[in-house]
Amino acid sequence: MDLLNLSSTMLYTAFLLYLAATFFFGATIRDKRTDNKKVGKAGNIGITLTIIGFAAQLVYFITRWIAGGHAPVGNMFEFITFLGMSMILAFIIIYFIYKLSFLGLFALPIVMVIIAYGSMFPTEIAPLVPTLQSHWLYIHVTTVALGQGILFISMAAGLMYLIKQIDQTVRSKKNIWLEVVIYTLFLFIGFIVITSTFSLLNYSATFEYPVGTNVATSEYNLPAITSPKDGTLITEGVMEPLFETPTWMQGADAAKKFNTVIWSFLTGTILYGLVRLIIRKRVGAKLQPLLKNVKADLLDEIMYRSVTIGFPVFTLGGLIFAAIWAQEAWGRFWGWDPKEVWALVTWLFYAAFLHLRISRGWHGERSAWLAVIGFAIIMFNLIVVNLVIAGLHSYA
Amino acid sequence: MNKIKCECGHINPEGTVLCEACGKPIEGNQHIDGNDNKKLLNMRYDGTARRSQTYNKSIIDKIWSFFSSVKVGVWLIVLALIASMLGTIFPQQQFIPQNAVSRDPAIYYEDQFGIFGLIYYQLGFYELYSSWWYLILIALIGVSLVICSLDRFVPLYKALKRQKAKRHETFLNRQRLYSETETVTDEEMEQVKGILKRQRYKVTDENGHILAEKGRFSRWGPYVNHIGLIIILLAAILRSTPFMYTDEYIWIREGEQTVIPGTNGEYYIKNEDFIMETYDENDERFKEAIEQEGMVPSNYQTDVIIYKASDTSIPGAKPELEPIINKSIQMNNPAKFDGYTLHQSGYQLNEFRSMSFKIHKTDDPDEEILDSFTIDLTDPKSEYELENGFRVEIDQYFPDYELDDNGIPVSKTDNPKNPAFVLFIYPPSSDDAEVSFLGIGKNIDATGENDYKASITDFELYDVSGLQLQKDYTLPFFGLGAAIFMIGVIQGMYWQHRRIWISPKGNGLLLAAHTNKNWFGISKDIEKIIENTNIKMVKDQQELDE
Ligand code: HEM
Repeated sequence: MDLLNLSSTMLYTAFLLYLAATFFFGATIRDKRTDNKKVGKAGNIGITLTIIGFAAQLVYFITRWIAGGHAPVGNMFEFITFLGMSMILAFIIIYFIYKLSFLGLFALPIVMVIIAYGSMFPTEIAPLVPTLQSHWLYIHVTTVALGQGILFISMAAGLMYLIKQIDQTVRSKKNIWLEVVIYTLFLFIGFIVITSTFSLLNYSATFEYPVGTNVATSEYNLPAITSPKDGTLITEGVMEPLFETPTWMQGADAAKKFNTVIWSFLTGTILYGLVRLIIRKRVGAKLQPLLKNVKADLLDEIMYRSVTIGFPVFTLGGLIFAAIWAQEAWGRFWGWDPKEVWALVTWLFYAAFLHLRISRGWHGERSAWLAVIGFAIIMFNLIVVNLVIAGLHSYA
Repeated sequence: MNKIKCECGHINPEGTVLCEACGKPIEGNQHIDGNDNKKLLNMRYDGTARRSQTYNKSIIDKIWSFFSSVKVGVWLIVLALIASMLGTIFPQQQFIPQNAVSRDPAIYYEDQFGIFGLIYYQLGFYELYSSWWYLILIALIGVSLVICSLDRFVPLYKALKRQKAKRHETFLNRQRLYSETETVTDEEMEQVKGILKRQRYKVTDENGHILAEKGRFSRWGPYVNHIGLIIILLAAILRSTPFMYTDEYIWIREGEQTVIPGTNGEYYIKNEDFIMETYDENDERFKEAIEQEGMVPSNYQTDVIIYKASDTSIPGAKPELEPIINKSIQMNNPAKFDGYTLHQSGYQLNEFRSMSFKIHKTDDPDEEILDSFTIDLTDPKSEYELENGFRVEIDQYFPDYELDDNGIPVSKTDNPKNPAFVLFIYPPSSDDAEVSFLGIGKNIDATGENDYKASITDFELYDVSGLQLQKDYTLPFFGLGAAIFMIGVIQGMYWQHRRIWISPKGNGLLLAAHTNKNWFGISKDIEKIIENTNIKMVKDQQELDE
């Protein structure tokens, strides 16, 4: 289908434009001015490329919408790439308030990792099940994603604050935790690298395993390190699994997901190890000098401001619109479904953040940690709750 | 009460930290807002006297202080957050899958999750969100919200009303944004005032002392949003009463007409048809996905007629039914009538409405029909007298037959999904029954000596639709609470309360500014105000340990 091809090409184009924009934002590094009144040439090019990239991604979104007949926010691939798009939008908005080019150097690469991550999920257009056939799907999902996008900027600014401010001359609990945060990013990259490698190789290994009285099959696209419980490998000439997935891991394809997680950890850890070998210091320490010219105050301000802008949007989309939709679809606006509970957890977390912020002593570093944790909760809801917890039961 | 008179003449209530009129720090009270060893003044509540900080003697004072503390509030929120997370580790009782080995929580959790499941069950976490302690936690948050809001709102409101443009010098130089300028001209002052007004500041001039203020209403944002939350909590309490909220679940077969439970016999419903559709696997757009994931349903729909009973006053009398709605209820498209909503909620496909049998001689290869009968599974009789003299007794009926672990036939559910019977067949004018076991694909002669055999000739199927009926008068309250909450957060987050003070000193002036958020924004305002003048830009005096 032509439209669909155009659509994927545009997504790819957007990705490359974000990449290019990152380099230009990086070039503002030599910009010694500490005030933020004027933006240099590199910064201007960077933001222009970002906006064009955003436009390209918008084209991707619209063409896919036309091709599929419904807004492409119905599965993991579609939602995650859309989330990436709303992060870019949030970045553009915040950029025009604060004109901090440097934010782009940190925010854009993370967005690219997220988009690439989403692209590893099945990309076919799936039809919408009856519960999803509602205008509230679009209203709810777009608002939630926008809210999360803005909260993402607060995480990016918080992370920059931590990289800038945490003392790297001695080893401390703080800079180890910061490394853990950075290392998590490597795990995502690990997932992307290993998944794309084996998908290029068209790797496939199929298992049969018992589910109750039936036999189910599971197709692995990565070599099996762990097999389903009591599973038998039916593909020949591929790697034999090393061990069985523990029984408490349940749900559809639990073993396959667990296998993928193991691979992501392995690859991510190796990548991280390589980087450490090359730069011979903590990644945080290596990044620190980049942020020499950015004022810590300003980072703190951006981080807090994004929470204050993002929190109402998230509440509206993630709780209120979600509840209205649930009322329309199921006749119950709140049902303690894990996904709903985690939206509540996110909301409570940011409420706590805002309240802490009004007391003394919670500005700066502590707030920055909170911003990072808040976004971790959002990602947890997106990834773990969708793929692991919600797998235990399904809608409708 | 021990009122405090400030040197400016204003009389302040006991417990005031900064004079309500001129802002001069009141000696002996600075510890209350933690100003004693700080350069900057704590401006959160403008140094007003709050009950919680002032009185601490009686038990009521102590309770009041406890609940009005933000620290306590944050702890309550964090506890609620952690508790909510715990409830998602394993599925809540309502989410135990239909196909679980046992849906009894006492068995399910341990069986599925081992020792952790057992602990989870024993702690009662399988219905965490309705546990007494979770509800208490939420209630405490509610109490805390009310008290902390009252504690701050009233004094803050008064203080902002009473504030004067003329401020004490210590008040000014202990603001976060502050500068001193040696000389300014009158023209410059006029220009400054002009720009302030153009930036939509409300400017008060008191003998050359200037207060420029904007966005004060945003200070009420938190109180507004807290009111919204309280309304939501109250609505939740209302919802637990039967007057405001009822719900019922109805299973209704195709063709069946029945009174709708929970409506006091006022409404009847007829299920005309239940439809389940799936996406076309040849649809170009979805081909690949359907190949990978299997069939995807596209629609669940029940076509119903809803009737209103015209007269229900005479008990026992058959009411007259008047159709009021003819509707296809779908997911996301409920039927609504007179405050009730009916949602498409579940279905059972292909249950048996009736089964027809014929009786023939066991050894007759042509199976010539000697007699026949039909069992209506919605209303099975215990005995059937047949036309040609046969008599059939239903000895046992399994609507949803299966063999249990011990090989004993049982019925899994009460729904006729896989009916099976033990039949006693009495040939004409005989009192000796022949026993047969009959089911789908099963026809067992218990003794092996039967002369007659019954076989299934026909059956009729129907679908059953599950509809959820609700009457919920609390929805408007939830809506109202949510709307007020949103107004409050937007008011408090998207606007800020900015104040700029200018105070003449000698030939020059003191310039100080405060905002409750967005210091970047107010600095930009000041930059514009003093452009092309000699007035010095304010310095950010924020202490780095904050
Ligand atoms: C889940 C429950 C709650 C939510 C969603 C909530 C929400 C908010 C929001 C959004 C603000 C504005 C913050 C800002 O402007 O920076 C706020 C302020 C505030 N909240 Fe809450 N709140 C909750 C519970 C509580 C509780 C239990 C207390 C009790 C101590 C409390 C005390 C306060 C106070 C004192 C303020 C500051 C008011 C001011 O700016 O002067 N809140 N709340």
